[in-house]
Amino acid sequence: MKTKLACKNVYLLNFSRNSTDRVTDKVPVKEKKLMDVKLGELPSWILMRDFTPKGIAGAFQRGYYRYYNKYVNVKRGGVAGISMVLAAYVLFNYCRCYKELKHERLRKYH
Amino acid sequence: MNENLFTSFITPTMVGIPIVLLIIMFPSILFPSPSRLIDNRLVSIQQWLVRLTSKQMLSIHSHKGQTWALMLMSLILFIGSTNLLGLLPHSFTPTTQLSMNLGMAIPLWAGTVATGFRYKTKASLAHFLPQGTPFPLIPMLVIIETISLFIQPVALAVRLTANITAGHLLIHLIGGATLTLTSISTITAFITFTVLVLLTILEFAVALIQAYVFTLLVSLYLHDNT
Repeated sequence: MKTKLACKNVYLLNFSRNSTDRVTDKVPVKEKKLMDVKLGELPSWILMRDFTPKGIAGAFQRGYYRYYNKYVNVKRGGVAGISMVLAAYVLFNYCRCYKELKHERLRKYH
Repeated sequence: MNENLFTSFITPTMVGIPIVLLIIMFPSILFPSPSRLIDNRLVSIQQWLVRLTSKQMLSIHSHKGQTWALMLMSLILFIGSTNLLGLLPHSFTPTTQLSMNLGMAIPLWAGTVATGFRYKTKASLAHFLPQGTPFPLIPMLVIIETISLFIQPVALAVRLTANITAGHLLIHLIGGATLTLTSISTITAFITFTVLVLLTILEFAVALIQAYVFTLLVSLYLHDNT
């Protein structure tokens, strides 16, 4: 029953000429970008990602260069590029010490 | 208050996992590596600063001493950036830990001493006896010079630790005092706040100066031994 449905969908997709079909409908789930993945395909997409150390390192490298090329590596970069990083660092450290900090709230009786 | 004062110096853990290594490696992402002849503004400013510092610091060395340029420059960049990042609120400063400062000071000092003993053995041994000492004082002076040699790495590490830790503690204490005084007497709170502002300016200076002093002394020991 499932394969019949899949065959019908593949047939419709390959041989229908709807203008609403996008090219990303024909790409396999594994190679799609996050914005093109449909909501129902999201769990399978997440599980298919590369979780090896090399994959995780690649993800961090891609993220770093995405931020660097957008905010720092520009012709007239300002203080915003580095101050956003420092603000995120402060926030991270605040979350790290929240347990000790919540005792220091201003109140009448501690 | 007593327990809170030193909690900013404990090894940072997050949900039980120690993340101190991540925090030590964090300043490195603020120094991107240059890829072109003329890069973006951040890299250009850093290059200008490094050139200025290296010219000033390596001018006194011979050719042999100038092979240490990379080591000394990365040392001053690391200590300076780590100290400055520690002035951000709630952050952890690795240079407050004596273990890390000893780990930096002892190998560098030992390297300079070993270089001196290997390439200029007679001159290195001659450092133990200053010129023109009276003959009866020689044994005592050799002992004193040996002690002063072995105290150099300990002094390097403890100086950096004590300065940064003391600065952080003072900021904590005076900030806490300012907060408590606002409900008691506004004028005193204002005076204390001014003291806090001046102290923070001092801490910025101390952060940079300590980095400079550490590196300068290492280079001085190097100069003695090359």
